[in-house]
Amino acid sequence: MKPKLQFDFLVDMKKNTMMIRREYAARRQLVWDCHTKSELLDQWFAPKPLTTKTKSMDFRDGGHWHYVMIDPNGPEYWGRMDYKKIRPIDNYTALDGFSDASGAVNPDLPRSEWNVTFSDQETRTLVENVVSYQSAEALQKVIDMGMKEGMTSTLERLDELLAVLSTRSA
Amino acid sequence: MANLDHIFHSLADGTRRAVIAQLANGPASISDLAQRHHMALPSFMKHIRVLEESGLIGSKKVGRVRTCTLEHDRLTAVERWFNDQRAIWESRHRNLDSLLTRLGGDQS
Repeated sequence: MKPKLQFDFLVDMKKNTMMIRREYAARRQLVWDCHTKSELLDQWFAPKPLTTKTKSMDFRDGGHWHYVMIDPNGPEYWGRMDYKKIRPIDNYTALDGFSDASGAVNPDLPRSEWNVTFSDQETRTLVENVVSYQSAEALQKVIDMGMKEGMTSTLERLDELLAVLSTRSA
Repeated sequence: MANLDHIFHSLADGTRRAVIAQLANGPASISDLAQRHHMALPSFMKHIRVLEESGLIGSKKVGRVRTCTLEHDRLTAVERWFNDQRAIWESRHRNLDSLLTRLGGDQS
């Protein structure tokens, strides 16, 4: 029987941070490649039923990934990740934000900082991604935008939310 | 739109989260809530005030009993967003699992 793969989604209210931790049944180099090569990112990054297309990628310190997530019903969501520091195959940091088709970052919307760490767990690989917003106001802007664009689903289960919130901020 | 700063501050405390969870099942009196948390009324009232200021709960006094109610709308925006983020990551992870299997990375 396959071991259950660890998954944590923790919200730290005081730091405006989400921590997403997930194990993969693969060796670290392969998991790293999936996070850092556009032809592989295109195959998994967008949540279903959306698909990902890379417009351009330059994976190095100071480089970027310009991509679009395409909704089968029409809408397209452009994004741009600006890489800060890359340490293969251990860690990278980047700023993720909304952009347009030309790659210009939307200056009105806050960007989130990603700090992604890869480590060996026996035969598996653990990826820990800390996504932080600068302030509660920044996070509020992103949430307001989501409401306006109708990008949010109708999940409204309080117990699920409380399970998520009842973590490190206690 | 809810003020996230207040809401975050409110929810960054275990007792206050427990009160929210309790009120999700229906209104309750303050003395009833305080008793369940084995807390003296004065210190418990501080938590209630923080929750009221954030707009997450409301309270009404009838006779000598003050009853608290959860204000569902205030929570909805934040709640939806975090739930959506979680759902997005779950979907991504499933996609990546299949990709890794296709690439021959599954070692189990």
